[in-house]
Amino acid sequence: MNGKSDFNLAKSLLNREFPVQNQAEINRLKTVVQQLLDEAKQQGASAAEAAFSVDNGLSVSARLGEVETVEFHCDQGIGVTVYFGQQKGTASTNDVSPESLKETVQAACSIARYASADDYAGLPDVSQLATEFPDLDLNHPWSVDAEQAIALAIECENAARGYDAAISNSEGASVSSHQGTRVFGNSLGFLQGYQSSRHSISCSVLAGSGDAMQRDYWYSVARNAANLQSAQAVGEKAALRTLARLNARSLSTRQCPVLFAPEMASGLIGALIGAISGGSLYRKSSFLLDSLNTQVLPDFVRIHEQPLLIGALGSASYDGEGVATQTRDIVSEGILRGYVLSTYSAKKLGMQSTGNAGGVHNLTVETGSNDFAAMLKLMNTGLLVTELMGQGVNRVTGDYSRGASGFWVENGVIQYPVEEITIAGNLKTMLRNIVAIGNDVDLRGNIRTGSILVEQMAIAGE
Amino acid sequence: MPLLEQVKHTILAANGLQTQDIDRVMATLLSVPVDAADIYFQSSHFESWSLEGGIVKEGSHSIDHGAGVRVVSGDKTGFAYSDRIELPILLEAANNVKAIVKHGQNVQHKIATPQSWPQLYQPLNPLKSLADQDKIDLLKRVDAATRKLDSRIEEVMVSLVAAYDNVLIANQDGSLVADVRPLVRMNVSVIMVENGRREQGSMGGGSRSDYSYFLENDRAFEYGREAVRQAQVNLQAEAAPAGNMTVVLGPGWPGILLHEAIGHGLEGDFNRKGTSAFSGRVGERVASDLCTVVDDGTLAGRRGSLSVDDEGTPTQNTVLIEKGILKGYMQDKLNARLMGVNPTGNGRRESYAHLPMPRMTNTYMLPGESEPEEIIRSVKKGLYARNFGGGQVDITSGKFVFSASEAYLIEDGKITRPVKGATLIGNGPDVLTKVSMVGNDLQLDSGVGTCGKDGQSVPVGVGQPTLKIDGLTVGGTNI
Repeated sequence: MNGKSDFNLAKSLLNREFPVQNQAEINRLKTVVQQLLDEAKQQGASAAEAAFSVDNGLSVSARLGEVETVEFHCDQGIGVTVYFGQQKGTASTNDVSPESLKETVQAACSIARYASADDYAGLPDVSQLATEFPDLDLNHPWSVDAEQAIALAIECENAARGYDAAISNSEGASVSSHQGTRVFGNSLGFLQGYQSSRHSISCSVLAGSGDAMQRDYWYSVARNAANLQSAQAVGEKAALRTLARLNARSLSTRQCPVLFAPEMASGLIGALIGAISGGSLYRKSSFLLDSLNTQVLPDFVRIHEQPLLIGALGSASYDGEGVATQTRDIVSEGILRGYVLSTYSAKKLGMQSTGNAGGVHNLTVETGSNDFAAMLKLMNTGLLVTELMGQGVNRVTGDYSRGASGFWVENGVIQYPVEEITIAGNLKTMLRNIVAIGNDVDLRGNIRTGSILVEQMAIAGE
Repeated sequence: MPLLEQVKHTILAANGLQTQDIDRVMATLLSVPVDAADIYFQSSHFESWSLEGGIVKEGSHSIDHGAGVRVVSGDKTGFAYSDRIELPILLEAANNVKAIVKHGQNVQHKIATPQSWPQLYQPLNPLKSLADQDKIDLLKRVDAATRKLDSRIEEVMVSLVAAYDNVLIANQDGSLVADVRPLVRMNVSVIMVENGRREQGSMGGGSRSDYSYFLENDRAFEYGREAVRQAQVNLQAEAAPAGNMTVVLGPGWPGILLHEAIGHGLEGDFNRKGTSAFSGRVGERVASDLCTVVDDGTLAGRRGSLSVDDEGTPTQNTVLIEKGILKGYMQDKLNARLMGVNPTGNGRRESYAHLPMPRMTNTYMLPGESEPEEIIRSVKKGLYARNFGGGQVDITSGKFVFSASEAYLIEDGKITRPVKGATLIGNGPDVLTKVSMVGNDLQLDSGVGTCGKDGQSVPVGVGQPTLKIDGLTVGGTNI
């Protein structure tokens, strides 16, 4: 196994805009978006919005000490939505030739003519469009070439494989780097663009053999490669997590407290957000209908959006419709203070957009003073969940039943790994029965939360 | 070969390319010693229409095309793609990816390129199979008919989607393989309310054909009736039991069990790497002798079927488990070569922008001899699961889940009360050893499955007869 590869990323046509970090690229995309909007008007649309995004990237993987794949990514796409009064049509393509732009607008117009008039369809109110565009420091192109990326992936995997003799096999390590430009505009005169980058390093290894094999992984992701965890640290963490799962057993069926590790806790908060999102609410397919200004969580819980955080993964000054994002509390003192709305869903509900077309922005769950060890102590005896499987979450009823693995905890101390069990309950009560939220926050996603302790759930096992 | 000419026209001529241009790109790829090289050209059209609140408020249309260039040397792969199908771009891509080859074996692996294979679907464009106004009328008629079925219905959502996919695969031996793949799908979901309790039901189907599929045999309206029936059942459902018990799975879509519990674990890549719970177990018993499981890509018109896979290999009916004994894995070309076996027509990719890998097509269990009623009668206390949502598996530990969306208690040999949906969890390598009865009522699913692996989605099918499993963990709340 030699760790070298004579790989060379030539400056190429394929990577034609990589890495570009300048206004010229944004302007190039703006011109196309404006053409789309003009074309829509030309074809009789009363209103329109359009977007153009370009993304370039490199991803490599290494396995058992050697390069396994090298992939050059190069994606672009345009999308246009047109309105004829209250009728709406959407079309998209990755072909940005002038003829294609015209045909795409035609396709959208054709659909709009057949769609039914919808009283609630339309662009946002002008007063809601973003007018301030602070530099959120989202764009940090990484000059890594394929050879360097391969070396890093090999270093990461070596750290995992060398960590302990019990590491028996590997799914490999990978390094990826992406940079993109996005422009959005509408016929109200909004036309904005920005560039952003996203880099990651990940590793997945196995331990044990035969019927007793286990696998786990770890990853780091950041807008700026300088903020990535080191290859060594990612590899070691992957190894550590895999080793911890060896000799897992099932549990007998029981009721007990459940501590969701931070990576799993974000899913719990995600389910809450799904239930208070406009689409679920106006379709009446939510277990939290009509819950605005009511208690949905214990009174110590605050959940807020921080869209303007510098350099964060979920930062944006405007949403997918050009509406200004809001720094706001969604839950405070456990009371639901606002829904998560786009222009359309807000109109359906007789409300105003909350700047969430496309989702939430750096949703932050305020933490208490407990670190992970203190959370274990607080639980005392119960189940620590570190992995969940399946989609057993019913948004209409809140019924929750998922496959789980993790660790059995007694007297605040981890005893042994567990697997092949399910945890079940109803989200409405699970959320109300949150006991504490740890300060061990996972910053790798758009939902930032520490571990969450739920008072009691049903565990099914052997 | 009119199909090949049609696709060459759609993809090459439309972009000003000729067959000789492909030869030039291939020559660049083969200028270093490689084990395999291919170029995958694709042009896709997609549309969707959706109805809610009684009106067709939205429709969308998209066009995506591009080419992916790949070289393989040993177990190393270089890959680049572009949405611009232009000679200079393809040559540049070829130059970039061939750098992966360092110590090539200089072995040109001769995989005989088949000359012909059955066409499992018509090379038609389903988007054009119905006038736009007729698509809208169909959605509205289904909505109206469904709403009439029950006064407790609060909302009905109906969606209609179609894809028209042209692919052209150039392999290192100079062969060109074309496929034109239609795919349609329809779905109806309802929300029903009674005494403040709110439940949903959902049913859909589809095939590799055109929109007329939904007009045959009253299918579109049947989806509405079935969605309402499920919501009605759920309105009566009590808390599901928790713990290990006998589980009877209904026929058809519950075959998702096979997809999760054993299907993924039998994909060639995991087994070549030794990361699957099934690695190295060909010839061993992994199921009771009642179980024979196949992956069959050759069923005419099915959602999971392909005339040829995305590497140009004709699909086949592959026996995975025969009377309980593990017979073999599902392979793409790369893993087949490295494992010294033949490709099985399971090399699939989401699009030109993704690398192919071993994927399932239609995975199902062959029928047994028991009457379904006899299977239910044999259970003193257990769960009868009739419909499922999704599932997931950990390939390495073998642990899998799948979530019931319609289930009933079995008490003293009779189906009694409906219970809420619950996740079922088990261990892939031993769950089928607990199959004690297999029904004579094999059904395939209605054509709604989508499988995700490494971030790539592909349409698949599943199926099975009624099955009795002596012991599976049911994740309810009723302890």
